[in-house]
Amino acid sequence: MNTLSNKKVGTFILSIAVWGFAIVMIYPLLWLFSSSFKHTTDVYVLAHQLIPTHFYWENYVNGFKGFAGHSFLLFFRNSLYVTVLSVIGTVIASTMAAYAFARIRFPGSSFWFACMMLTLMLPGEVLIIPQYMLFNKLDWINTFWPLIVPSFAGGAFFIFLLVQFMRGIPIELDESARIDGCGRFHFFAKIMLPLIVPAIVTTAVFKFIWTWDDYFAPLLYLNSAEKATVSLAIKSMADPTMETDWGALFAMSVLSLVPVIAVFIGFQKYIVDGISTTGLKG
Amino acid sequence: MRWLRNPDLYAGYAFILPWLIGLFVFSLFPIFFSLYLSFTDYDILSSPEWIGLGNYKEMFTDDPRFVKSAKVTLLYVFVSVPLRLSFALGIAVLLNMKLKGSSILRSFYYLPTLMGGSVAVIVMWGQLFGMNGAFNSLLKSLFGIQVSISWITDPSTALGSLIALSVWQFGSAMLIFLAGLKQIPASLIEAAKVDGAPAWQRFIRITLPLLSPVIFFNLVMGIIGGFKVFSEGMILTGGGPHDQTLFYVIYLYETSFRFLHMGYGSAMAWVLLLAVCLLTALVFRSSSLWVHYESKGNG
Repeated sequence: MNTLSNKKVGTFILSIAVWGFAIVMIYPLLWLFSSSFKHTTDVYVLAHQLIPTHFYWENYVNGFKGFAGHSFLLFFRNSLYVTVLSVIGTVIASTMAAYAFARIRFPGSSFWFACMMLTLMLPGEVLIIPQYMLFNKLDWINTFWPLIVPSFAGGAFFIFLLVQFMRGIPIELDESARIDGCGRFHFFAKIMLPLIVPAIVTTAVFKFIWTWDDYFAPLLYLNSAEKATVSLAIKSMADPTMETDWGALFAMSVLSLVPVIAVFIGFQKYIVDGISTTGLKG
Repeated sequence: MRWLRNPDLYAGYAFILPWLIGLFVFSLFPIFFSLYLSFTDYDILSSPEWIGLGNYKEMFTDDPRFVKSAKVTLLYVFVSVPLRLSFALGIAVLLNMKLKGSSILRSFYYLPTLMGGSVAVIVMWGQLFGMNGAFNSLLKSLFGIQVSISWITDPSTALGSLIALSVWQFGSAMLIFLAGLKQIPASLIEAAKVDGAPAWQRFIRITLPLLSPVIFFNLVMGIIGGFKVFSEGMILTGGGPHDQTLFYVIYLYETSFRFLHMGYGSAMAWVLLLAVCLLTALVFRSSSLWVHYESKGNG
């Protein structure tokens, strides 16, 4: 009996410790949220307080005015445009390539599959300068094309994920469809696609978060305020050479996280499963 | 020429066509072209000028900032990755004990990772650890310690605060560990319990070896990701103060796009590629010493 109650006490203490540390972990995020309601002059007075002494909603109004004469609406529209098109491109090209690798035995397929696995490990930094030159030649600097067009070639990680998923779908399905006179394209569109929806959702969700958060490509290719994505806009507002309205900046920071949080709430299962089973970086 | 009449040939290439075009245009051509550029002096305005191994020679013999950036990045990787994995493993083991509300806890621990990639959260981190930020304010009101430095801009703590930002985001690794822990047969743990093995021994003798392939995977991904760290440093410190946080990719970016030394930048990119390959190969080689792969069929 004694050991049993000891064990209960132990579990209880452990629970408190794990919960306590969880609060420490999300404290910075709560602080960001609460600071978005504090007047700029209050943000750094009793800075650690999570409940503002006085709610200053105007931060959201002031922040939304943006900078350089462009409202935050424009930056959101830019980010959304880039992100949605990138997701569409990635999903289309990746599912197509994955289907070929998983189901069609064509000459050269294993060679190209090996090439794809190699690009998976390749640090993208080695490609940046020639890609920049290419887009410069095409006169695409300060347009959204360099951020969108490469997505229409799919992504190695996603192709791999989709191939793995398709391999779990019984091959007998293909054979019986073929006997019924169903062609490859028809089979892909009508039978395969509905069956791999979970893997497609995982692909779309991760591509969405990565593109929404991306800072490097917009920094490299976009150089005018009217083309700025949300990431660039937030960084510009935090420019140390200017006086920053921190309350307004935190308000826009919170808004910039809303799509990511919404995706997490809506597709939590896909995100957790995606990371757990394939090691996708969240 | 019978294979030309194979309908699968056309179907296969039709399906991989978008990816294949992308492979040539966005990967194969750039990788060989950057190799070529690495042997040249090139500023995008005039045409590349062949200088042989000049860039590589300069890097290792005549560029203290290059050496500094390599050192900073290595330090960052070798401190942040083990710390992050330790936290991930520790919390995963605790969450696996099925405490009350463990699915909410899992979300809480994952949230920093989910949002940590965004510029908003990186900027927030800078304010949190700023001179008048919440961290110093907490130190003062909880422990009465008066600290009047900005952790981000003080040369002795700048790198540490970026490492802390990276360790804070152990959520993905934690989820992978949790999935790994679920694979460990409960019967093994039970058997050890019956034999009277204490908890820490069960952890070291059973959990760790069975989890080692997952640790290995997280380690490889962590190292590769760590070498490519950019946004955090670029946004928070810009590589400063005094190059204390001059990450390799920040220096590469500055060299290539601020000073337009694109030949030199390409050479740096190739050194990064080789370093990542080398380290990954080393980890793979050493893995046979400590990664336990279950042999099939001998229960």
